[in-house]
Amino acid sequence: MFSWLWGFLLIGAVCYSAISGTGERLATEVLRSAKVAVDTLLGFVGVMCLWLGLMKIAEESGMVQLLGRLLRPALRLLFPSVPNHHPASGALVLSISANLLGMGSAATPLGLQAMRRLAELNPQPDYPSDPMCTLVAINAAGLSLVPTAVVALRASMGSAYPTAVVGPTIFAGTCATAAALMTDWLLRPLTRPRRSTR
Amino acid sequence: MTALVKALSEWALPALLFFIPLYGLARGVRIYECFVAGAEEGLRVGITILPYLVGMFVVVGALRASGAMDGLAGLLAPVAGALDIPVEVVPLMLIRPLSGGGALGVTADLLSRFGPDSFIGRLASAMQGSTDTTLYVLTLYFGSVGIRRTRHALLAGLVGDLAGFVGALYICTRWAP
Repeated sequence: MFSWLWGFLLIGAVCYSAISGTGERLATEVLRSAKVAVDTLLGFVGVMCLWLGLMKIAEESGMVQLLGRLLRPALRLLFPSVPNHHPASGALVLSISANLLGMGSAATPLGLQAMRRLAELNPQPDYPSDPMCTLVAINAAGLSLVPTAVVALRASMGSAYPTAVVGPTIFAGTCATAAALMTDWLLRPLTRPRRSTR
Repeated sequence: MTALVKALSEWALPALLFFIPLYGLARGVRIYECFVAGAEEGLRVGITILPYLVGMFVVVGALRASGAMDGLAGLLAPVAGALDIPVEVVPLMLIRPLSGGGALGVTADLLSRFGPDSFIGRLASAMQGSTDTTLYVLTLYFGSVGIRRTRHALLAGLVGDLAGFVGALYICTRWAP
């Protein structure tokens, strides 16, 4: 699925630039993008190390598990297959709350940590489990109570009310999250692998 | 309420930096050794996700530079008009699920052209803030655990994005500060 999408977009872009004569721009941009990907990662790895280091302490001390247990009812609703006492439930709580608080790139490592915890529970290592898909759906919809980047951008553009969009953003974000969760819930049983074919 | 949320987001990180080590020490955990071991994992995750990041950034870069993105926006303009979607925000809707940086660039451009407090400005802001970059989240999350199949997660993310845009359009046309 992803291979087809990726290939289609890439081949489509090259065909389009052949027609519109933007081949040179495409070549430069592609090379630049590859470099930007590494720059993005480098800017990210430090934060990632910091988070995973802190998370390790929180896990060893039992703090993550405690958090997971506190929010058990909500978790059970969203991730019915994750056991209560597994560190995955704590990691899920941290990841989702960091996104809600609009911690931006600081929230990403927590999401990745939660994915790794879910991978430990996954019976088929190369196939995403139900809770993995749900987590991706929630974080891709990315409801944020504090849209920090947009508010900062508006302020820098001389807006009289930079925070005026907070309400609409939360409303729209809630729509996005509800729709993503609904889609996940509806399609989940249809995309489960059949044992005989895989 | 806004002040509370703002304070929460400002102090969330410092609070974690305070409580996690404190709780660890209180429970007799060798916190520095733990920290270093965890941080080392961070580096390993970074190496795992790099190929996925390059693959994604390259294809988005190619789409933008070839002009295909603008071309598609032009094609969709009549459809958008029929649905009462302002034509100006169509490029933003196309790029929002693909590239966080690209979308922020388009939003910045719209805000500077129409003014942040105009209808287009508010709508673009709400669209930008309503959802995260689906393709980025998907690539990174699945890539970090070495999974290439994505089941229905891509569709769920895109449906979420669309619902976010519709929600933003609804609330911005009906409610002005």
